[in-house]
Amino acid sequence: MAKSHVSRRGVLKGAAAVSAVGLAAPFVRGAHAAGKLAVGFWDHWVPNANNGLTKLCNEWAAKEKVEITIDYITSQGNKNLLTIAAESQARSGHDLLAFPTWQPADQARHLEPVDDIMTELIKQNGKVNATVEYLGRSSGKWIAVPATPGSQIKGPCTRIDLLKQHAGIDIQAMYPAGAAPKADGWNMETFLMAAEKCHKAGVPFGIGLGQTSDSVDTAGAIFNSFGAALVDGKGNVVVKSDPVRQALDYYKKLIQYLPADVAAWDDASNNKWLVSGKGALIMNPPSAWAVAKRDAPQIAEQLWTHGMPAGPKGRYAPFLPYFWGIWNFSKNKPAAKSLLVHLSRKESAEALVAASGGYDLPSFANFTTFKTWAEESPPKGTLYHYPNPHDHQILSVTASQAPPKIAAQIYTQAIPTKMAVRHAQGEPMEKTLDWAAAECEGFSRT
Amino acid sequence: MVDAATGAAGISVGARRPSLHKLFQRKSTIAFLMALPLILLISLLVVYPAFYSLHLATLNKSMERFVGLGNFEFLFKRQTFWMVVEQSVLFAVTAVVFKALIGFFVAHFVHAIPSKGQRKWRGMLLVPWVIPPAMSTLAWFWLFDPSYSAFNWIFTKVGLGTIPFLGDAYWARFSVILVNVWFGAPFFMIMYLAALKSVPEQLYEAAAIDGASWWQRLWYVTLPMMRNIISITVLFSLIVTFANFDIVRVLTAGGPIDQTHVFATWAFKLGIESGDIPLGACVSLFMLPILGLSAVFILRDINKRGNEA
Repeated sequence: MAKSHVSRRGVLKGAAAVSAVGLAAPFVRGAHAAGKLAVGFWDHWVPNANNGLTKLCNEWAAKEKVEITIDYITSQGNKNLLTIAAESQARSGHDLLAFPTWQPADQARHLEPVDDIMTELIKQNGKVNATVEYLGRSSGKWIAVPATPGSQIKGPCTRIDLLKQHAGIDIQAMYPAGAAPKADGWNMETFLMAAEKCHKAGVPFGIGLGQTSDSVDTAGAIFNSFGAALVDGKGNVVVKSDPVRQALDYYKKLIQYLPADVAAWDDASNNKWLVSGKGALIMNPPSAWAVAKRDAPQIAEQLWTHGMPAGPKGRYAPFLPYFWGIWNFSKNKPAAKSLLVHLSRKESAEALVAASGGYDLPSFANFTTFKTWAEESPPKGTLYHYPNPHDHQILSVTASQAPPKIAAQIYTQAIPTKMAVRHAQGEPMEKTLDWAAAECEGFSRT
Repeated sequence: MVDAATGAAGISVGARRPSLHKLFQRKSTIAFLMALPLILLISLLVVYPAFYSLHLATLNKSMERFVGLGNFEFLFKRQTFWMVVEQSVLFAVTAVVFKALIGFFVAHFVHAIPSKGQRKWRGMLLVPWVIPPAMSTLAWFWLFDPSYSAFNWIFTKVGLGTIPFLGDAYWARFSVILVNVWFGAPFFMIMYLAALKSVPEQLYEAAAIDGASWWQRLWYVTLPMMRNIISITVLFSLIVTFANFDIVRVLTAGGPIDQTHVFATWAFKLGIESGDIPLGACVSLFMLPILGLSAVFILRDINKRGNEA
């Protein structure tokens, strides 16, 4: 059997030859020289909206020489939440993920701080509202960047004709296209009166009181407009207060003018209500209008998206931002940050808004007047007031007076809508408050 | 001395070989080896997650600290938790009782059909059970839909009022139980039919000669002969119904105001949607002692009867 001898001299000779070849070879910059990046975005329900995002990512990847892999993860069946939970547990998965409203706070200790890019983005694009700061910052640091896709205001979408005919309100005059709102008279009392008249006319307002986000967002805005907080900033339960009682009394009056089964509504129910022509108003981003445009154009022609009615403590609109966050176990953080900067530029935000037909909402102050919102039709200007261009309402999220980890549970457990339904179904006020206080105390568990 | 030691070692090695050979020739060893892939798969997909969830249940909300039974202590003080316990028991027991009763009677009807036409009836009656429940529940959701219920459309057409199937707590509970019964009754039917077919005809003939009525034949012949299969089916269904997720999730998602939540949907709500995985794990583990105790009692009863026989 022949034996091969490897001598010390032979090894040294070989190593020298390899080094010489390596040093002599010219530097070739490969197609993916800046490494790989795996991203998971929210799977948009507006057809073709994902394509706009993919295009922007591919442009960036080609320029930066990064091999990018994009997964679109649906929120149907909470698949995105399951993915976030699984990746956070496994400390492995995508480098960058889309995080729904409450998730950045929940995953704060697993997220890479992004103060460096947020400081620059705010300088470039204008400031973000208090709700974005509340949700996207933790322990004084930015932990996520507000995303355009998925972010939405869930204000009223009204039937122009029905509101005029039955309640005598000209909503287009209150919220004229291309001009500032003249909506001083649009308050909770006017809203209640309009709800009553439309109910009598057989076209009730379709405001859900179920446990899904549309219902909870509306309840949160109404509670906020009465100054009703369930838990304060220090985590103290403050359910038993006059503003909470006032908000519940208001809801009790409102519920009698809503469809009988609103307690079972989900996020599709209000859309169906409006598109079918059964109701005069819902609280929703323009997705219901987009569906009507496709399936019931005669109804879409009569829809107008506008601001919320004002309450005793101000005019609050339900706002639900999405975020992009980078896991702290990501293997390519610089590339992830570079991509987020690219996606947050004005041109990118405008392209994303256009791709979603005006549904998506950038969170930066300078990005509320894109031409998509001004020009979308029918009727022309129907989405003009959707992004709050005149800053006439406070963009808020339910229970935002509480620390985010407690507020997230108040939100996901739908405490405000459950309180409203319990009280409206005849439960004494104090019993409802006791129940809510007990629930909120449980949420402060660490 | 050295030789003797070597010789002893040689003997022991020689004796081990045939025993190992015998071991591999045993039917039980072959059966074990053939089942090994499945055992490994179950260990990986069932045993590991089960122990992992036990571990999770002992952690604090942020999963950084061991809290022992603190999560259970916390749960036991929650009003909503006890409501979920009550609802889960109501849901599982009511659904299993109705499934068993309907399955029993339908099995008798099918058994009475001449064997020529029986196959198509058996096939048709099994349809609800073979459709994936998430899909069939979606169809039920459309029938009960808050705004567009097909049932309510019919009621309105015939001049009756509408029913808030999913909007009212009692109707919503009725609806989830109804769908569960619709889905699960065919399983009982097919199990009972198989049991009925295995009852020897001579027993009925003997009972008829003794002048037994239809009811007496059912009580003294059919039921005793079916007891074991009834027990096993009830146990199996009780476990599956207690752990039900899809029907409640699709139909009501636990609403209105939490009044249709069962353990699995509540655990998902707490663990995944509210980001409190340890508490969610606790809720799901709460089913374990209930189901374990049921299994012990039912299986002990079956064993006892088996020994008596």
